[in-house]
This record gives sequence, structure tokens and C-alpha cells, in this order.
Amino acid sequence: MTATATPPASDCIDFQTHPDQYRHWKLAVDGDLAKLTMGVQPDGGQRPGYELKLNSYDLGVDIELADAIQRIRFEHPEVRCVVLTGALDRVFCAGANINMLSSSAHGFKVNFCKFTNETRLYIEDASENSNVSFLAALNGTASGGGYELALACDKILLVDDRSSAVSFPEVPLLGVLPGTGGLTRISDKRKIRRDLTDVFSTVAEGIKGKRAVQWNLVDRIAPLSKWDKAVDEMAREMAAEKETCDSKGLPLERVELERDDEGLRGKYVSLKLGPELRTASVSIQLPKQSGPLDADAALAEGCSWWIFQLFRELDQVLLDLRLNRPDIGLVNLRVIGDVEVAMSLDDFLATSKNWFVREVRNFIKRVLKRTDNTAKSFYAVADEGTGFAGTFLELALACDRIYLLNDPETPVRMGISQANTGVFPMANGISRLQTRFLGEPERVDKILAASGVLEAESADEMGLATFAPDEIDWDDELRLATEERASFSPDALTGMESNLRFAGPETMETKIFGRLSAWQNWIFQRPNAVGEHGALKCYGTPERPEFDFKRT
Amino acid sequence: MATIDYSQKIPNNVDLKSDKRLQRALEAWQPNYLDWWREAGPTDFNENEVFLRTAISVDKDGWAHFGHVAMPDYRWGIFLTPQDKQRTIGFGDCLGDDAWQQVPGEHRNALRRIIVTQADTEPASVEQQRLLGHTAPSLYDMRNLFQVNVEEGRHLWAMVYILHSYFGRDGREEAEELLDRRSGNADHPRILGTFNEPCRDWLSFFCFTMFTDRDGKFQLLSLAESGFDPLARSCRFMLTEEAHHMFVGQTGLGRVIQRTCELMKEYPDRDVRELGAIPLDIIQRYINYWNSSSNDLFGGEISSNASNFFASGLKGRAYEDKLDVDHAAKNEFYTMDVWENGSLSQQEVPLRNAMNEVLRDGYVEDNIKGVEYWNKICAKNDIDFRFELPHRRFNRKIGMYSEGFFAHDGTPLDEATWNQKSADWLPSDEDRKYVESLMVRCTERGKIAGWIAPPPKGINGQPFDYEYVRF
Repeated sequence: MTATATPPASDCIDFQTHPDQYRHWKLAVDGDLAKLTMGVQPDGGQRPGYELKLNSYDLGVDIELADAIQRIRFEHPEVRCVVLTGALDRVFCAGANINMLSSSAHGFKVNFCKFTNETRLYIEDASENSNVSFLAALNGTASGGGYELALACDKILLVDDRSSAVSFPEVPLLGVLPGTGGLTRISDKRKIRRDLTDVFSTVAEGIKGKRAVQWNLVDRIAPLSKWDKAVDEMAREMAAEKETCDSKGLPLERVELERDDEGLRGKYVSLKLGPELRTASVSIQLPKQSGPLDADAALAEGCSWWIFQLFRELDQVLLDLRLNRPDIGLVNLRVIGDVEVAMSLDDFLATSKNWFVREVRNFIKRVLKRTDNTAKSFYAVADEGTGFAGTFLELALACDRIYLLNDPETPVRMGISQANTGVFPMANGISRLQTRFLGEPERVDKILAASGVLEAESADEMGLATFAPDEIDWDDELRLATEERASFSPDALTGMESNLRFAGPETMETKIFGRLSAWQNWIFQRPNAVGEHGALKCYGTPERPEFDFKRT
Repeated sequence: MATIDYSQKIPNNVDLKSDKRLQRALEAWQPNYLDWWREAGPTDFNENEVFLRTAISVDKDGWAHFGHVAMPDYRWGIFLTPQDKQRTIGFGDCLGDDAWQQVPGEHRNALRRIIVTQADTEPASVEQQRLLGHTAPSLYDMRNLFQVNVEEGRHLWAMVYILHSYFGRDGREEAEELLDRRSGNADHPRILGTFNEPCRDWLSFFCFTMFTDRDGKFQLLSLAESGFDPLARSCRFMLTEEAHHMFVGQTGLGRVIQRTCELMKEYPDRDVRELGAIPLDIIQRYINYWNSSSNDLFGGEISSNASNFFASGLKGRAYEDKLDVDHAAKNEFYTMDVWENGSLSQQEVPLRNAMNEVLRDGYVEDNIKGVEYWNKICAKNDIDFRFELPHRRFNRKIGMYSEGFFAHDGTPLDEATWNQKSADWLPSDEDRKYVESLMVRCTERGKIAGWIAPPPKGINGQPFDYEYVRF
């Protein structure tokens, strides 16, 4: 039985693309500089009903941007600075398309924002870890999401033509928030004074020219006649601060996943819907052998290097779950295979200085974070034949609960490796083990000291299992937990999980996904935004918004 | 620095003398304005005395004074039509409320944007026309040019007065920037595209005053309805001056046509080029160019800004208070040809979102009258030529029609056909070169260049051969 309706394949959003298929961006690489030019096709929306005017974007536009950033990291390790700029006259980017937002279901809006937030964090992740910096060359006004995109870059250069500005018109015009990290980044990244950020966020037309520099909203301004030169100079300055790299990149091939009524199937990762209502299982099949342990051999295998391909497949499955499977509430996750294989690459991944291995390591980190940030319940199911160890133990730790079969008849093993020491930090900046044992840091040391294979019994003693039933209780325990989970309010679960998953320190990233997104999602549900007379609903119509002025 | 009594220097009816804050602001702005005029205005004619009209009151009968004055000494005044204490807002969601005497906080930014955009066009046109004095076809025309220039300058004053009086520091900064941007400047151009197009010859000047200033008229008409009373009153008075600018355009083009027709009639077998006149088809192409460019100034056909501005009572329809319509315009629709996916279809658009188009309708109607006036000149001279106003879809750079290609009569075309045919409709380099070749200064009293007919009468009862500009 298929418990849940599967959307026809043609209705499913495809998250993979290629520069040859881009409609909205142009990627040009010239030596150690790359230029990403945004020229959104007005009639190129992902679905009918809105027009992408003034370089406004929808999910389709952002999928291309995410693809481009990923490609620059893997295909062009020689690139040291990426210039983001616009192809339109006097407009850089007007942000997310309002008609698209106001005509979208709540769940889609939330996941759209989540995806775009991840893309912007990927830009920052690349700056921090991939020997490349980003320059936002704002050739015209950058409003809302357009300015937020610029904020994700290391530096911002704004054209000084006496009219181009950076702005957040969301509050004054749309009754919502700049939801792609903007409020967080002007305060926590650019560290602008709160009274100035308050003013900036309520002036629809924004701030331009010298004042934008004074307030640190942008780093520099340049006149139109010297624009190209100023962009080039700044890009070269930024590139010079990074190391040169003469390695040849790796062309990213499309990840092939087979889609049918039952779910998705890749070489290593498969998604199967059901059997219980609103439930799916994700199975990760490890290879029999660990494969190459040196960088050149890994690069030679490229996209088929198993660990890389496996996480690329998982990334696609997560995105599919988020946007194409709204009915699924609970995911049972299994890693099937040998614990030795699961941990075999970990030391190499953690320590290699090679650019490709570094990129794969950072990619795994991002996929793990994407799991943390997926609004589904996750159970790690460690039963017979599973191998949650090292990098794959991180996956278990990313789940809300870990069910571990503890039965002498059917031995289940887990494992600890260097991968669990913080090689794949969470959004809060610390490792999943540190987050799990926030109140017992000594326990983290103890677990890491036990490096190697762990029998179920000791894994349970160390606190790695939520429940560790034996064979007799196993099926019942799991069935009950699954049925119970599927019966709870999905909203309450989403809220509960995202509060519980990120214990520990706050970072810009946790603030974006926690504070900013939560407030935004609240506003997205409020009548003042989406009610019949809400600001978002009225925008672009002859109606003016009518607010309920009571503060909550 | 000695205090200048600006209330003496600036004719006004806004009690400038008692408004300390405003005086202080204008004191700072006035010298910069004069610097701008000297640098970007009709620079080479600042020493000459010009027979100019100066607004001195808002009295219907005696609002202006005529006399010779050097342009930098022109008394740029600030006049608002008298306040009607009973005035209420005439449209939008605040219909019937008392008109605002102060800027409502919630509309502050939108109003400032509207005012700055309008204000920016005033100095822009002066800059565009700054070299035309050198090629004036007669003293009469030269004087008209300068009259238009100083009044655009006054309109800038009028808008700056509003910015200074009602928008605090932001307003003062905007006022500074109005003097900072320059038409056609690569680094800090004027806000709207048309106002960055060069106006190199007098045929362009007449087209500009006919079509672009007429956009100005309609923008002023819509702002004259504004719920923000000082803006409405200011624009109402500006309209009295604007009429002359369009007169210059319509009759200027008429006189060019008249001259060509006369020569065609007298020498039916000769090319008027040989006779130093401008062929009618070149005039038509200039009309096409400037009219289409000015159509863009009204903005997109379906516009949320237009809807917001109307709904909030900031910008109404032309003659809103005289129209016998539902002034809220809330649940009404406007039928327009919508260009979508490569074809036109009639669609109902919420009226408020179509306000730019409503304003453009009035503009097109006005222009048709102008074209009829020129056609009468042809008919009177027995010349078988009829000018045609290009369709509003023709050659657009802004709005939905900019996404397609349209013939002079509005028929959709494919790109190849457009590329092939557009040369018939738009001035060629050769046309421009020819027109420019005729631009030779003629400033002897009573004389006029060979490509244009003299006007039937002079200014303010003076004859054509009056010394309108003193050298």
C-alpha cells in the first residue's frame, strides 16, 4: 500500500540544473575571477501566474544560483573571487517576487525561504572554507531579497548614480520581514547600530550613495563611468587575498535518481513512501569496500566517488521530501552496511589538504545541516545490518531520536571516528555530540576516547541511543513510536523539533533559521499580512491594507 | 554673511518673511541653485537681457509681469494657488477627509519620491536645452526658449519649496541632489530616461515642448488633485505656466510645417531639402520618436505604484474633481489590450492599477488635437500629407509593450519586421544630420531662419521684430 499520494513526476520540482540550461543567470569564468550575472526572464517563472519583473526571483531562479555556487566550488577551484551583478539597467535585484509569494501556499513559502536561506549561507560557507570570496557589484537598486543576497557576499560595491539604493521595503510596503537573513546580517554580520538598522528597515526607498557607506550598508560606492573598472579592481583586490590554485576542476554530473510511485531510487540512497501513513523511509546503502584513500584517486573517481555521490543523492532526497512530499511527516532513516566501511574515509576526509576532498567534506557538512533543517521528524533506525558510524553516526545524531536494536542474537554496531569531533559542525558552530551532551562535556571526551567500533550495549550506555529495545520489543516499540508521531499536530512538531535540535550557542545561522524564520513564518500566517486586507495580499492590487493595530 | 532678504528677492505668496526655518533652508540652497544655472543652464546667454514673463502673484488677471531681465537675475518666485480651507481629498480611500496641510507620516516616503521625480524633470529639461540658444532661428524663438527655461527653473523652485518646508533634513538633501544630477551624465543622470536624451536641434526642442512637457502637464494635473494640499496648490499654479511651453511646441512645429508646405506649394517639382526646409516625413519621424519616448514617462500600464498612489490620495486623475465618476474607483475595471505571451488580448484590469493608462488616455487625446492642428496647416496649403500620431504601443521602452514590437499603428510585429521597418518610422542619422545642418543662428531683429515660418504675432502685444533678446 502507498500511504501517501505521490505527486506525478511532472509536478515535482527538479533541483538540478546546468549552466547550459540556466534561464536567469550567466556564469562566466575568466582566470581566477568568475562573474555571475542575474538577468531574470520575466516569463520564466516556475509556475504560471506571476511575472518575474525587475530581476525578482522565485525558487527556479534560486535553484540556478545554488547550482552556480556549487559548480564554482567544484568545477573552478582556480576561482578566487566571484562577482555577483545584474544584467538590468538601474536595477540589481528586487528580491523575491511578491505575486509568487502571495499566491503560494504557506508550506511552499516557508520552504522557498529555507532554500534561499541555505543558498545564501552556502555563499558564506564558500567564503569561509573554499578559498573564494564574493563581491556583490550592485549596478542598480538592490531591494529586499536583492540586498539580502548582497549581504551574503563578503563585500558590497554600490553604483553611485544618485538614485540606486539598497533597501528593505518589506516592513513599510509589504507588512512582512526581509526573510533571507537580512535583518540578522545587518546587525550581526555588518554590525550596524540598532537605531540605524531600525531606520533603514522602515524606509521603503532605502539608503544610497555616501550615506550607505557611512552606515556600513555597503563597503564602497563607484560612479557609473568608472563602474566596470571599480568592480574589476575590487574583485582583483579580493582575489589577491586568497591563495592561488592551479588544480583542474571536476565537472559536476547530474545525480540520477529513479522516480516512481514508491519514491526515489539512487545508487546509494533511496526514499520509499509508507508503509505507515505520512511516513517514509530513507535507506542509505554503503558500498562493500571503502575505495580510494588518496586525493588523486578520489578526484579521478569524481562524481562517482561513493561518499560524494551518496551525499549528493541524499541532498536531492531531502529537497524532494521538503518540497515535493508535503504529506510526509516522519522519516525513518537507515544506514545499511559495514561500520568499518562507514568510518573508512573519516580520517582522510578530516585531514586532507586537497581542495577536492575539502569541498566534499564541506558538502557533507551542508547536507547534514540540511537534514537538521528539514521540517520532518527523523528517526534513526539502527537495526540489524545497519552501520551508523563516524560520518554516518552524524546522520543518526541529526535525527530526533535514535532507535538501537540491542539484542545479543542480532549484533548491531555503531562507531566513533574523527568525523564526530567537529569536522561537520552544526549551525550552532559545535559538533553534534557536543550539542547532544551540552550538559556533560566530559561525556563527549569519553565517547571520542572510545574511538572505533561500538557494540550496541556500549553505544547505549554512552547515551547514543534514545531507546535500545531487544528483538522481542523492537517491532512494537517502533510501530508505536511511528504511529504516535504521525498523529501529532505537524505544526507543533515542526516548532518543537526546531527548538530542540539546536541547543547551545547562537550563531548568525541559528538566528536566521530560528529567530528570523520563525517570526517571518508567524507573520506569514497573520491576517495583517495574508488576511483579506493584509499587506501582502493587497500589494499590487487596488486595495490598501487594513491592519489590526493591536500589538501581540 | 549679511542676511539677504529673500522675501524681497523671491516673489512669493507663502509669507516667506515669517518662516525662519524655510528662509534658512532657502538661503543655503539659493546660491547653489544659481551656481547650477550658471553651469548647466543657457550659460552663454547669462549676460543678455531677455524679454521675460515673471510670475508676480496668483491673480488670474495680472499674475505675470513682462520686461527685459538678465536670466540669472530672474525673480524665481514661489506661488501657490490660494488655500481653500474647505478642501477635502477628492479620491481614493480617504475620499472626503480634510485635505492634508502637513505630510501624513505614512505617506512621507511615497510623497517625497513623487515630488523628487517630478522636480528632477524641471532642471533636466533646462540642461537638455542649454546649447539651443546658439542656433535659435529668430529672437522670438530664442526668447521662447529662455522663457521655457526660466519657468522650468521656477518649477524646480516650487518643488524645492515643498521639499524644504515639509520634508525636513531628507527634503533638504533631496533638494541638493536635484542640483547634483545632470541630464545625460554617465555618473549621475537624471531619474527618467527621456530627460537624459539630448535635445540638439530646434525640431527636437519643439517636439520636446509639445510631447514631453505635455506629459509634465498631465503629471501636474494629477498632482494638482493630491490630498497633500500644498503640493496640489503648487501644481495648480505651475499649470498656468506650463501651457505656454506646449504652445511653443505645438505652434513651433506648426510653423516648421507651414514653411515646408509653403515651399512645396511654390516649388512643387523640387525637393524641399534643396530649398533649406525640413521634409514633412522627417518631421513625422521626429514626432514618432519624441511622442513614443514621452509615452514612456507615464509608466507601466498596470502598476501597483499607480494604484497605491491613487488609493492613498497622493495622485489622482487629471481633472478628478470635475469628473462625474466614482472617485474611490475601488471596484471598477479598465479594459485594456494586454500584451502577454506574444499576443494582445482585451482584459479587465482593476481601475486603480490602470491609473497610469487613464492619465495616458488624456494625453493621447490632447496630442490628437495637436496633430489635427498641423494637418489643417497642410490642408490650408493644399499639401496632400497627413501627420499621424504613433500608436501608444509604438517604440516603447517602459511598460508591457516594451516587451514586444509594434508598428506605428500599433500592430504587433516580429523582431525581423521591426528591424526592417523601424527606419521608416524613426529619425535616421541622416535625418538628424540634415536637421542639424539647418541649425544656424539667426538673431537679427525681424529675421527668421529659412526652415521655419514667422509667428502670426509676437509676445505680449509686441511685434515679431521686437528686440526680444538684447545683445
